[in-house]
Amino acid sequence: MTKIKEIIEDTKAFDCVECGKCTSLCPVAKLNPNFAPRLIVVKAQEGMEAEIKSDKDIWSCITCEVCNDMCPYEVDFSGFIQRMRVEATHSGNMPTCSLAGAVHAMERLTGTGQKQNRLVWLTDDLKVKEKGDVYYFTGCVYQLGVLFQDKAPELKQVPASVVRILNAAGIEPVVSNQEVCCGHDLLWSGDEDSYTELMEKNIKTIKETGAKTVVFSCAEGFRTFDIDYQDFYGDLGFEVKHISEYLLDLMDEGKLELGGSDSKVTYHDSCRLGRHMEVYDPPRDLIKATGTELIEMLSIKDKAICCGVNAFVNCGEVSKRMQVERLLEAKGTGTDTMLTFCPKCLIHYNCILAAEKKPEEIKDLKIKIKDASNFIAEHLKGRSQG
Amino acid sequence: MIPFDPQIVAFCCNWCSYAGADLAGVSRLQYPATARIIRIMCTGRLEPQFILRAFELGADGVLIAGCHLGECHYITGNERAKVKVAMTKELLDVLGLDSRRLRLEWISASEGIKFAKTMDDFTKQLVKLGPSPLRGGTK
Repeated sequence: MTKIKEIIEDTKAFDCVECGKCTSLCPVAKLNPNFAPRLIVVKAQEGMEAEIKSDKDIWSCITCEVCNDMCPYEVDFSGFIQRMRVEATHSGNMPTCSLAGAVHAMERLTGTGQKQNRLVWLTDDLKVKEKGDVYYFTGCVYQLGVLFQDKAPELKQVPASVVRILNAAGIEPVVSNQEVCCGHDLLWSGDEDSYTELMEKNIKTIKETGAKTVVFSCAEGFRTFDIDYQDFYGDLGFEVKHISEYLLDLMDEGKLELGGSDSKVTYHDSCRLGRHMEVYDPPRDLIKATGTELIEMLSIKDKAICCGVNAFVNCGEVSKRMQVERLLEAKGTGTDTMLTFCPKCLIHYNCILAAEKKPEEIKDLKIKIKDASNFIAEHLKGRSQG
Repeated sequence: MIPFDPQIVAFCCNWCSYAGADLAGVSRLQYPATARIIRIMCTGRLEPQFILRAFELGADGVLIAGCHLGECHYITGNERAKVKVAMTKELLDVLGLDSRRLRLEWISASEGIKFAKTMDDFTKQLVKLGPSPLRGGTK
C-alpha cells in the first residue's frame, strides 16, 4: 500500500461523500476562494498524489478542525493534512514559516543534547521537586516569551505563575531541565523526524521522574501529548491533564481557593484546547471562580474563530482577517481583556495589535490579550489549611 | 598550536563591515582564517533564524558586524539588529548555547584594523570556550 493510500485509510478520507459541509464552514475557504478542504480530499481519492504534494494549499489549512467537527462521516481532515504535510516536505514542498523559521529552529535546538537553562524562571520562592507524582510540562512558553518579547513578554511569567498556583494548593510539581519542546510545531510543519526525536526524549524524561500525572498550561503541548504522542508511541503510562481541569479538581477537594477579582473578561477558545481536546467548560469555570464576570463572544466553544495561524506556518492576509474578526467580537463584549490558554493565540493576536499599520477596523481598539494562567495566579486566595 | 579550529559565520553589512573586511584584506593584515563571511545589505536584514540556523549547522560562533550606530546606510537598520541580537543572546542562554558565542560589533569601512582585531579576539574566545556542543563540545 502506498503511503497516501495508508493516510486515506487511516483518516477515513474514503468515507467522504463530497457533501461540501467542510468547505462551507471552513474559515479559510471563506476568505480564500481557491482553498477547499473537500477538493483536497477528492483529489486524494482520485489518486492525484503528486498534485496534493506540490500544492501550496496544504499549508493554507489552519488545522482548526471546524471541518472535523462538522463532517457527518467523521473524516479526520486535520489528521490527513498533518500527515500529507510530512509527505509534502519529503518532495520539497516547504511551508513559509514566520520569522524565517526561528521558532522551529528554537524548538529543534532544545533537543540537540546540550545542557539547557530552561528553568531560569525558577525563583527561590517557588517550590518544585525532582521526583514526584505531579509533573508540570512547561513546554517552550518561556522561550517563546524571549523570542517574542516585543509582542508577548508576559509569556515569560507563565511557568512561574503555574508553579505558584500549584504551590498555593499545596502541590510541589516536578519540573525538569532535561525537558524539550513537545514538537507540535515541527510535526504540523512536516518535520516528523525532529518531532519523533523530541517525543522520545520527553517521554524518557517524564518516566524517569516517576510522575503519574502530567499537567500542561499550554494547549498545544496538551494536544500533542494526548493525541499525537499516543498515536506515535502508544500508551504513555501517565495521565495527561490540562491545568484548568486539574485546578478544578483541586478546588473541588477544597485545596485551592480563588477570588478577589471584580473585573470583566472574555475568553478565547484556542482550537487545540477547544475543538481538538474538547475542553470548553473547565477554563470558564476557573475564570468565574476568581469572581470575574465572564462575558462571552458571539462565536464560542466549537464555533470559536481561530487565531488564524498554526505552527507558525503561512501567516498571511487570511490569518490577519481572522484575527481582526475575532478582535471585533471581543470588542463587542465591552470588556478590555481577552484571556486564552494558548501561548500561540496570545502571540498572534498581540502581533496584529502591535503592528505599525493596523487594519482600519481595529485602529483604536484597546483590548489586552492575557494568558489565563497568569490571570489566575493574580487571584489566589492565600494558602488554604490542610 | 590552537587546540581546535573554530568555525565562525560572520554576517557583514554591505556598506561598512564588508568593506572593512576588504580593507583588512588589501592592507594585508593577518587574522585567523576562521570566519566564513556572508554579506547582507544591512544588519537590519538579519533574522534571529540566521543565527540559530548557523548554530544548528555546527557553527562555533556567529559574528554580526555592521555600521556604527547613527551611521547606518538605511538610517536605523543597525538599531534593529541591536535589539534582535540582544534577544537572540537571551534565547541562546536559555537553550544552553553560550551567548558569548554570538558577538555584535560595529566596524566601519575604514576600520580594517578593527576587523582583523575582532576576528583575532573572537577566535581566541571561541578557542577558550571550546567547540559548540552541537559538534561534540562539552555539554
